[in-house]
Amino acid sequence: MRAFEHLLLAPILLPLLCGAALAPLTQGWHRLKFGLGYASVLGQLAAALALVRMTDGGYWQDGIGVYLAANWAAPFGIALVADRLAALMLLLTALLGLAALHFAMRRWGRIGVHFHTLFQFLLMGINGAFLTHDLFNLFVFFEVMLAASYGLVLHGYNAERLRASLQYIAVNLAASLLFLLGAAVIYAAAGTLNMADLAARIQAMPAADLGLLRIGATALALAFLIKGAMWPLCFWLPTTYAAASPPVAAMLVLMTKVGTYAILRLALLWFPSGWGYDALLWGGMATIVFGAAGMLATDSAGRMAGYGAIVSSGTLLAVIGYGQPSLVAAGLFYLVGSTLAIAAFLLLAELVDRIRTPREAVLAVTMEAWAVEDKPDEPMGQGVPAAMATLALAFGACTLVIAGLPPLSGFVAKFSLFHALLERDPVPGAAWVLMALVLVSGLVSVMALMRFGVRTFWATRAAPPALHLSEVLPVVFLLGLTAVMSVQASPILAYLGRASEGIHRPGDYVERVLRHAPVPGPAQEEAP
Amino acid sequence: METVIALAIGIVFGAGIWLVLRPRTFQVLCGLMLMSYAVNLFIFAMGRLWVDRPPLTPAGKPVDPAALADPLPQALVLTAIVIGFATTALYLVVMIGARGLTGTDHVDGREPER
Repeated sequence: MRAFEHLLLAPILLPLLCGAALAPLTQGWHRLKFGLGYASVLGQLAAALALVRMTDGGYWQDGIGVYLAANWAAPFGIALVADRLAALMLLLTALLGLAALHFAMRRWGRIGVHFHTLFQFLLMGINGAFLTHDLFNLFVFFEVMLAASYGLVLHGYNAERLRASLQYIAVNLAASLLFLLGAAVIYAAAGTLNMADLAARIQAMPAADLGLLRIGATALALAFLIKGAMWPLCFWLPTTYAAASPPVAAMLVLMTKVGTYAILRLALLWFPSGWGYDALLWGGMATIVFGAAGMLATDSAGRMAGYGAIVSSGTLLAVIGYGQPSLVAAGLFYLVGSTLAIAAFLLLAELVDRIRTPREAVLAVTMEAWAVEDKPDEPMGQGVPAAMATLALAFGACTLVIAGLPPLSGFVAKFSLFHALLERDPVPGAAWVLMALVLVSGLVSVMALMRFGVRTFWATRAAPPALHLSEVLPVVFLLGLTAVMSVQASPILAYLGRASEGIHRPGDYVERVLRHAPVPGPAQEEAP
Repeated sequence: METVIALAIGIVFGAGIWLVLRPRTFQVLCGLMLMSYAVNLFIFAMGRLWVDRPPLTPAGKPVDPAALADPLPQALVLTAIVIGFATTALYLVVMIGARGLTGTDHVDGREPER
């Protein structure tokens, strides 16, 4: 085995070790804790970039890297698999993690005890869920991710957060039980939990035996769709997003995408013939309608971002359900752009809230309890308050991406979605409905966000809020990434096209994972 | 034996669902616990029901797969129990916290208006 193959483990091991190292440090060491956590996220970013290069640069055959944990051959041990899609998601996780952690530097990371530890474990769970190729191991990584997120949603402990996380935890515990039920039924039907092995066995299975397996797959899909927020399984989401502290909420946006990722990966791997896709298509469209209506109905920034995430999830699920490789590529572009924008919007929401409601007073009590010294900052400018201008510009950029207006990445994403939808001749009715819904949801989000923006930035005569550079930078960073995405749209879309083609050839996975030979150990060589 | 186990799992899971839909947090917690017991039993049963068959291979003897139970669901159920236990304990803590901060044990954090 070549030395670089071990890099596949880095996105899981780095946060695990870092989180474990941070756990015993008391809050008095918060600078050290932040520094270590930041270094770990930077390391994950480097590993993700390297994996993108390795999967796309021909280091691995077919762009699929297989790592056999503990050197057990594939159907028996747990295989970790990196392909272009997984590498892309790892990169997105690292970028979002970097922004959220930077945002938490000044304020949120210092309120409460184990923020940094939990944050690292959350990253570990998300990264692991992207890399693992074993169904039960996926459950374990989901639980790691969820357990960390329970702690993080509670972070900054007040009545609103407790109430929201009570419901969040109950819903997700029930979803985990569904996951277990699904995995158990699939094991009973097929006798294996390795995803590639399952794919091979499902292809070879007589039609009479498929019924039980499909029941299992449905239970599993329900568990993923609760995380991925498909209507009618998404009612937990807006409340949780609005209640969670902003850096945590930004990471929650990514967690809904983990559910979508699992659906995308497993649906294409196990049921390439198209079973169950219609449910995703129409369910996704219903989700778009629900999310758009919610955006119009709400007034708070956090809830609006939550409904925006629901619209984005719905679009993605409909795209997966439509079942066309080029459309999935465009959908992935949309996924990356919308995740970045909604995360930026959630970070921004807290800064904007400082204009709208004097929540500082509430926060101040908590800050005092944790002895965070908070000197009042100078506003960033005089005359035309630069703080207001920065916030308004960032807000405008978020609106452009979420609504899909040029010149930022949202427009490129929607344009390529439409381009792919119009490919089939004749264009099916579902494609027209989907296009109409995407357009209408864009229009609705412009209306909702503009209404919010006008009320916040024009109609108030409040003093400009105190902004800190460390809080504005992550927002600008995330929005800058969407700008880069629209400038570099062609190479990124080409990469995503290759990623989408890769996941549409499940045969390659089965071949690569099951044929991957374990490393011969020294004992075996010496044996007679 | 299969019928009895299936009925038992069904009844426990059904009771769990009913409790989860109740408005008090303690009932929800009990419901989640019942559901997780049912699911654990279910996973166990998915390895087929055997009597008098060990899940371990005896050392030094030729292995006859027909004489052994499937060890994998047993390993899975162990993991599931540990994880379920930990998350339920966490839920209990949150529940007590919510009771203290909101002054009610209603899942919405406030009593319904009558």
